[in-house]
Amino acid sequence: MTVKTLTIDDKLVSAREQDTILDVARESGIPIPTLCHLDGVKDVGACRLCLVEIASGSPDRPNRLQPACVTKVVEGMVVYTATERLKKYRRMIVELLFSERNHICSVCVANGHCELQDIAITVGMDHVRYEYVSPLCEVDITHGLFGVDQNRCILCTRCVRVCDEIEGAHTWDVAGRGIGARVITDLHQSWGEARSCTSCGKCVLACPTGAIFRQGATVAEMDRDRSRLSVLMTAREKREWIG
Amino acid sequence: MTQRIMIDPVTRIEGHAKISIHLDDAGQVEDVRFHVTEFRGFERFCEGRPLWEMPGITARICGICPVSHLLASAKAGDQILAVMVPPAADTLRRLMNLGQIIQSHALSFFHLSAPDFVLGMESEPAKRNIFGLIAEDPAFARSGIRLRQFGQEIIEMLGGQRIHPAWATPGGVRSSLQKSDLEQIREHLPEVRATAINAIGHFKRMLEQYREESQIFGNFSTLFLGLVGPDGAWEHYDGRLRFVDSAGNCIAERLDPADYKKFVGEAVESWSYLKFPYYRPMGYPDGIYRVGPLARLNVCSYIGTPLADKELREFRSLGHGAVSSSFFYHYARIIEILAAIEKIEAMLDDPNLMSSRLRASAGINRLEGVGVSEAPRGTLFHHYHVDEHGLIKKVNLVIATGQNNLAMNRTVAQIARHYIRGTDISEGMLNRIEAGIRAFDPCLSCSTHAVGMMPLHVELIGPGGEVLDEVQR
Repeated sequence: MTVKTLTIDDKLVSAREQDTILDVARESGIPIPTLCHLDGVKDVGACRLCLVEIASGSPDRPNRLQPACVTKVVEGMVVYTATERLKKYRRMIVELLFSERNHICSVCVANGHCELQDIAITVGMDHVRYEYVSPLCEVDITHGLFGVDQNRCILCTRCVRVCDEIEGAHTWDVAGRGIGARVITDLHQSWGEARSCTSCGKCVLACPTGAIFRQGATVAEMDRDRSRLSVLMTAREKREWIG
Repeated sequence: MTQRIMIDPVTRIEGHAKISIHLDDAGQVEDVRFHVTEFRGFERFCEGRPLWEMPGITARICGICPVSHLLASAKAGDQILAVMVPPAADTLRRLMNLGQIIQSHALSFFHLSAPDFVLGMESEPAKRNIFGLIAEDPAFARSGIRLRQFGQEIIEMLGGQRIHPAWATPGGVRSSLQKSDLEQIREHLPEVRATAINAIGHFKRMLEQYREESQIFGNFSTLFLGLVGPDGAWEHYDGRLRFVDSAGNCIAERLDPADYKKFVGEAVESWSYLKFPYYRPMGYPDGIYRVGPLARLNVCSYIGTPLADKELREFRSLGHGAVSSSFFYHYARIIEILAAIEKIEAMLDDPNLMSSRLRASAGINRLEGVGVSEAPRGTLFHHYHVDEHGLIKKVNLVIATGQNNLAMNRTVAQIARHYIRGTDISEGMLNRIEAGIRAFDPCLSCSTHAVGMMPLHVELIGPGGEVLDEVQR
């Protein structure tokens, strides 16, 4: 295994060859905000919150912006994770997420336990500068145990990935494009009719916001124990249950 | 460090309510209208939400009485789940509602209305507010603020926050009390009981001085509506509905709140966003009725606690059958504070208060449910239709302030006819109109954080429709 050395925020760090910038930053205790990243499943670079600046090496060319979760380390790379430019963009990304759907924290099942809310606080979002799109979004509570509220979905696709990669059911997917994209179950049937769903609840654990929830949950009651997901993933990776 | 407190009336005049006074050719008052110009849209935007979210959403209707909406909504949810809530949840919901009645009534009496009584209807407007009251009678003002705090703390102990706790749910409640909470409540009881008794004494002594107002401020015959217990006892959370008339005759009773549409009609007028509920068998507008503290004390047979029952007997002597002047809403309100304090005291040893059996769970077993509670301002109905999975299809909310709408209109008309002389509106007259409205403690004053200053806009309109004079504040 080759070891790579690189600089993150003026700190010299070493990484394994296959590591991403996010992996090595986390190992070195350098915080980079994320939303779509979930330990144990593949990264897709959907939310763009983990953007970092990679030095171009020349004063004539601007630094490159890359998502840390899907960018592999390179020997001698110089990375910045918290420049003013990055802070500005991250705040802008969070504001756009809020303006795109209907996120009403005060009456949300995930209030106080929401990664989007936490990120908004981290990036210092005290108001949204963009006009709210206020789309009409569907709420599907046809499943006997769980529900999905598209108003609160940020299209991180964590549900799609845990369902596919861990449960192996691939009930969830994404339909539509751009602002019209929606997470769907089976071939856009209602969740209650989606026969591939095993009702395992991994998507409920994975959802960073109040979009996927337990039925019967009221304001601020969706406190998820995501460690249950990492226990599963570690056990699978290390084949802990196979004699 | 210096502290700066500002009351800036300019920020509070954004037309939430206005009054127009119409004059006839002879310059006499012909008609007076109390317009509510704010529009909220809750009934519409709740459509499509899961039933379980409704208590949390509808609690946001009001910052003063969120608990009323929370309870009415949770009760409508209980109906749709078709469950009986655990006995502990029932007791705890009652406790929270009593806490709310205390805090809301204390706010209405001490913070909003007492400045009129203590400083005078004609006193300088800039000082006629809670700060003026603090300067004039600090001990009285402090005791009122502490009383409100007592009620708020009960709400906070149960719901985790003083305003908008999403604590009651379809099927029950989310948490109960700790032993330390009960001790804290017990410790404060003697002080708040003394405050309530003192306020009642204060009001009774003052009555002589306000004889004219008590005759003019909404003194007319109407029906009264409120919940009562199985034997006619004062109720605030459950029970059956009873209508009495001004002579104190019971004209309908043991009405199931779920059938409210059979006896409550809702009329709409083009000049106000607030509907005009009326007693359906008598038609509109003859079926005018009042709800709230005055109505509750008029409909109940007794309260059920010793001190409050003694006060109730004295209160009843003010009327013939029922007490019909809206001015006595204030009086009824402070008697209810005393009743709530006594009721809390009586329930403190109930082991249910610390129970952990709090929430019945069930699926959707009915497609329709009506929840009712007695809000501080009167009977509140939440009526939901859901689909088979529990998504809200239709919402109808019948709010206490709305049910007093006809009576509030008639009250301002009565006051205007009595006090208007010529075409000028004097400040004292404006304040009397405000005080007349304030007796009902309507929700629009809460929603605008009015500190003795409602965002009123009064227009004096001549026979040709021209505006002769207007006052805004």
